[in-house]
This record gives sequence, C-alpha cells and structure tokens, in this order.
Amino acid sequence: MTGAEMDANEAVDGNGQAVRDIDRSPVTNADVCVVGAGPAGAIIADRLAADHDVVVLDAGPRFDPSDRLDRQERAIRPSYDQPDVWDGGGERDAHANSGEWFYPLNHARVKGIGGSTLHWQGMVMRLHEADFNSGEQRGVGPDWPIDYADLQPYYAEAERELGVAGASDNPYAPPREEPHPMPAFEPSYSDSLFADACENLEIDMHSVPNARNSEPYDDRSSCIGYGTCQPVCPSRAKYDATVHIERAEEKGATVIDRAPVQRLEHDADRVSAAVYATPEGDEHRQEADAFVVACGGVETPRLLLLSDSESYPDGLANSSGHVGKFFMDHLFAGAGGVLDEPTRQNHVGFYTSASDQFYDDADEEFAPFKLEFFNYAGPSPVSMALTGDDWGNELLDRLREGYGNHVAMGGLVEQLPRSDSYVTLDPDRTDDHGNPVPDIHWNVGDRALRTIERANEIQQAVLEELGANIEWVAGPDATGPAYHHMGTTRMSAEPENGVVDPDCRTHDLDNCWIASSSVFPTGGAMNPTLTIAALALRVADDIATRA
Amino acid sequence: MKLTRRDAVAALAAVGATGGVALTARRVDKNSTDSDGEWDEGLPDEETVRASMTAIATVVYPDEVSGVETFVERFLDGRLDGSGHAEGVHAAVAELDDAAHSWHGGPITELPPEDRDTLLKEIGADTAEEDPNGTLAERVRYYVLNELLLALYTSPTGGELVGLENPQGHPGGAASYQEGPQ
Repeated sequence: MTGAEMDANEAVDGNGQAVRDIDRSPVTNADVCVVGAGPAGAIIADRLAADHDVVVLDAGPRFDPSDRLDRQERAIRPSYDQPDVWDGGGERDAHANSGEWFYPLNHARVKGIGGSTLHWQGMVMRLHEADFNSGEQRGVGPDWPIDYADLQPYYAEAERELGVAGASDNPYAPPREEPHPMPAFEPSYSDSLFADACENLEIDMHSVPNARNSEPYDDRSSCIGYGTCQPVCPSRAKYDATVHIERAEEKGATVIDRAPVQRLEHDADRVSAAVYATPEGDEHRQEADAFVVACGGVETPRLLLLSDSESYPDGLANSSGHVGKFFMDHLFAGAGGVLDEPTRQNHVGFYTSASDQFYDDADEEFAPFKLEFFNYAGPSPVSMALTGDDWGNELLDRLREGYGNHVAMGGLVEQLPRSDSYVTLDPDRTDDHGNPVPDIHWNVGDRALRTIERANEIQQAVLEELGANIEWVAGPDATGPAYHHMGTTRMSAEPENGVVDPDCRTHDLDNCWIASSSVFPTGGAMNPTLTIAALALRVADDIATRA
Repeated sequence: MKLTRRDAVAALAAVGATGGVALTARRVDKNSTDSDGEWDEGLPDEETVRASMTAIATVVYPDEVSGVETFVERFLDGRLDGSGHAEGVHAAVAELDDAAHSWHGGPITELPPEDRDTLLKEIGADTAEEDPNGTLAERVRYYVLNELLLALYTSPTGGELVGLENPQGHPGGAASYQEGPQ
C-alpha cells in the first residue's frame, strides 16, 4: 500500500470526489512516460523503474484499498449498476454507439490505477499457436507478424508476474515450458456432475488457469471465497494491476492519478510530451525520451486521433489509416437450466473447468471457441432477497425454491476484424475536458454468429445429457461482448498494413510504443489479458534495449 | 437455526462498516444535514434506532432463525458508525416511526408483529426498489429492509438456511464449492 493510498487529508471537488493533496506536476528528465495504469502500463513501469525514470499517467483515480468491502456492497446491492462499483460513467466516460451492435463501454472497463483488472474475472489463457496465423491456417483474417514461439517465454514470465494457478492437464493448450506458478483450483462439485455427461459425449474437460491465488503468492493471500470476483475482490487474491503499480513505485516510479492525457505533442518522428489535465484545473506537459500508450482498445486509438497535427492530419501514428479500425471483442455463447438435484452454485465467482476441444477445429466457416462450466449458475440468494416483494418465511421459501439446482455453460467465440467495426471520435459530443468522446461502431460477422450456434448445440447437448431442463440459451440473437476490446491499432510487419511493428513500436514514431490488446491483429477466443501482459513484458525489453 | 454474534461479525466482514467513500458518495440527501455536515437534531437516538431495527428484523427474518436481537445489535455496531450511511439509517427509521405513530398509534417497538409487517407494506417497502436517495419507500427499502436482509443473507447462518454455507459476500474459503450436498 502506498502512502498516497493512505492519505486521509482529502479535499472534495465539485463532483463530490476526493482530490488528494498530492503533487501532480510533471517529472523532470523522465526517461519513460506510460499513459495508462492498467496491467500493460503497470507491468512496463515496474519492469523499467529500477533503471529508468518512469512516470505513469492515468485518467482515473487511485482507489483506496480499504474501500473494497464498500465496493463489494455496491456489487451486491441492486441500486448500484456495475459502473458504479468503481465510480465509472458520467461526463468523463461519455461515449457514443453508432454501430449496428450496442457496446456497453462503461460496463467493459474501469478507469483508475489498476485499470480493468480491478473488475475482471481473472481468467488467463494463452492464445493458441494457430491464433497467430489465422490467415495461413484457417483461411481468414490477417496473420500476426509474430508467432507463438516469439511470445512463449513472455507468456511464462507473465504467468509468474500475475500469479497464475493452473495445471498441465489440458491436451489442447499450446506447448508449455514449465508448470504454472501455483496449482490449479480443484474442480467444483458441479464440475463433477458435468464430467459424467461430458464423458458420455466424449467431450474432454480440463482445468483452467486463474490469475487468482490458490495458495499464498506474492505477499497476497489465497482466495478466501468472497464470491464477487467480478467486479471486486476484497482479499486481493485475484491479481489486479495495483500489484505492479505498487512495485513500480517502490522502485522509484512516479504514478499520477486523475491526470487524463489530452494529446501527445510530437514532430514527424518522435513524441515529445504528453499533455495532461489535473483535477485542480491545471494542464501540464510530461516530457520523456520514450512513450508507451497503454489505454486499452478504445482510449488508445482515441488519444492518437485526438493528437492529430499537420504531420499527422488523420491522427498520430496513423499514416496507414488503421488507427481505430478493426475493433473486435469476444462473443458470449451460453446455455443453462435446472436439475432435479442440488448443484452447489455461487460459492465462488470463478470457474474451474473448461473444454478447449473444439478450439482448433476453426476454419473459414467456423471461428475458434472455448467452453466453460460455470460455478455461479442461477441467482445468488442475497441478490434475490434484496429484489423481491416479500420477507420472512415467504422470502425464505422463495429463496429455497429459486436457489440450488441451476447449471450453466458459457463460452467465448472469436470475431474476425472487419472494416465496418471501428472506434472513431464523435464530432457531436465532448467529455468533461471538451474532447470528442469515442464512438464505438461495433459490428459482428456471420462466421462468429454461426459459431455461437455451434457452441450452443454442444452446450445444449451436454445439458440434455446431464438431464437438465434448459431454461435459457444465449445464441446469436442474445449474445453480447465479453468486454475484451481489441484490434484498433493493429500490429503489422509492413507500415501500410498496421499501426505498430512486431515490437509494438509505432511504425511512424521512433519513441512511441503501444502496449494493449489494441495491437491484436486477430483475437482468438481466449481471454486476452495474459497476452496483453506478455506483450507488455516484451515491450519493456524492447525499450530497455533501445534506451 | 440460531444467529450468533459471529454471524453478525461475518456479515460485517462481507459488507463492511460504512465509513468508506463507496456508499457515502451516493448519499446526497441534504435535508438531514446542516451546513456543517452535522446530523439533524430531530433524528432518533441510537438506542431507538437499534430497538426499531430489531423489531423490524423479527418480522422480516424467517421464523426458523433465533438470536435476532443479538445478531442485529452486533451488526449495527459496525454500521451505525457516524457515517453518511448511518445517518440514512437513522433518518429512515425516524420516518418509519412517524408513520407508525400516525397509522398505528405508537412507535415501531410497541407495535405487534402483524402491524410492523403491515406498516412496511403501507410505506411501500415491499414493492419499492431500494434507493438511498429516493422516495420514503425506496429509502426504507434501502436503509431498513434491505439493510437487514443483506446482513442475514450474507452471513453463514443465513446462507445455510438456503443451502449455501458460503454466500456471496462472505469470505467462507475456497473449499465449500468443491463439496457436494450434505
């Protein structure tokens, strides 16, 4: 815990938010300026801080760790929406949705020190080898300019950095070089029910890697089962990027919260300064030798577009015209129902078994997808209690009737990059600093929709084999995003085909890197954060080598 | 099934005391505070609030649980902490008590259980959605009814009533999810 987090000497600004009495002036002679204190930015700051003067700027606040139980209460109480848990939304986070598909951006991110890892579920799979060569191996989409082998050592390092509990029992996972840092979480009771059904259908189940401590790790406790992982883990057993921010600060990095970067000043070849605002109403210039933009798949292209100039009239680093293009997410496919026996759900907020058996069947017609066996199917009793019109014995009867025998499966499906799916600036609306807000123009193609139906078929077959009465199916008409925004500053070997090179350095500017899922040329169907972390470690190495 | 002080402590561990920014940030009802941020003088004392909350709890908790008074008292030790949330509890109880006097001729604590049940329905707490800044019904739902239900159903004993010994919000460990039904 840092001193700033414990600072009780707070004033309050016009929005009723605390303004910490801290110095938000720029750091002189900074070597590296990182924009964004999510996992990518935090890992890079930590990796470089020992040997470089590093400053991290983040648009959101530094949350007080002692408030996490209050935030958990927000997560449970029905009067708070998900963005309320981490103080999201409002004019600061305004956005538009001009695409055919609505994108709930403020449900999909957290602004602040730690970024979206504060509310993520913490699932950390590696992409498969074929995900890096979709065009060559599946006949659709671009190939990444790097291969799995290029990232493999960084995946191992990322698993150590985040603290991953996993096992080597997944025959469909890409090759590993060493065991996970912690043993996997044991399968759940409901996994054992699914196991018989899957056995009969010849579907393989295996463990899943969790960025959540199955035993004490990195001075954080093992999971103690609060069951509210998404959107808040009060115990910090679930990794979040405050871990690396704290480490970076211990090594001397300066982290400035509530400092939204307004634009990047530059000439034709180099970024010279990040211009940021402060809650006090000041505007500062943070100069540095190197800049890392690590603001996620929406704010990263937005910042580049906001930084247009005579040299880059269409947006900084946008000679290719690709900034903001090819916005992607993973699509959810799911089904659930009830059994005539107890299924023991909602003890924990994460899942412990999955099936990647069908992942590498992907081709032009069908996308890669993975299947998940939920441990949190059906309603949580406390949520039911707080939303009914009854109490006393009547309420208890309703809870007993409604809780206890649900089962459900989920899954993620890849969507291909599409030219009609993109992030741009909304010319008609501005944020609290007068900057145009991001416009999410999200569209999804038929391959993904077909694959959702395929995943649904398998899910329903499993549930029927289990003897479940199926109550819901999240198919193509009811799907939604998994909150993994990707693809808006694509990585490419050739400058005309993307925004960053294979080292994640912008093609246009010599001293500007992008560390984010925004560099993914394709998304696969695996949760992206481990790949984000691996790429961030690789970026840190590249900066250190060139510095 | 007996509720214990330990259950109350567990419920507090789940939802925490209330002094943090997360809950107070939403409380903007300025009617109950003066310019110095002090509470209105007209709010009931803590003893009245505790007795009233316990009286309501005996109605909204199921008959299967005992030890309600001890449980509620211990839970409120952590919640009536001078915070904005605590002020909201005081204010909602005060208004509910006013209604008890007007409609039933006495304070909540002196009403028979069936009148306490009726009072909650007359206020509209049964159909209201909780809102700390809403109408009287929505505030009673938030600060009284759901406050008590939140305490019960995030506690181990409350969870066990439903067959879930590690309810959401309770740090009951990472073993029970592996275990089958007893």
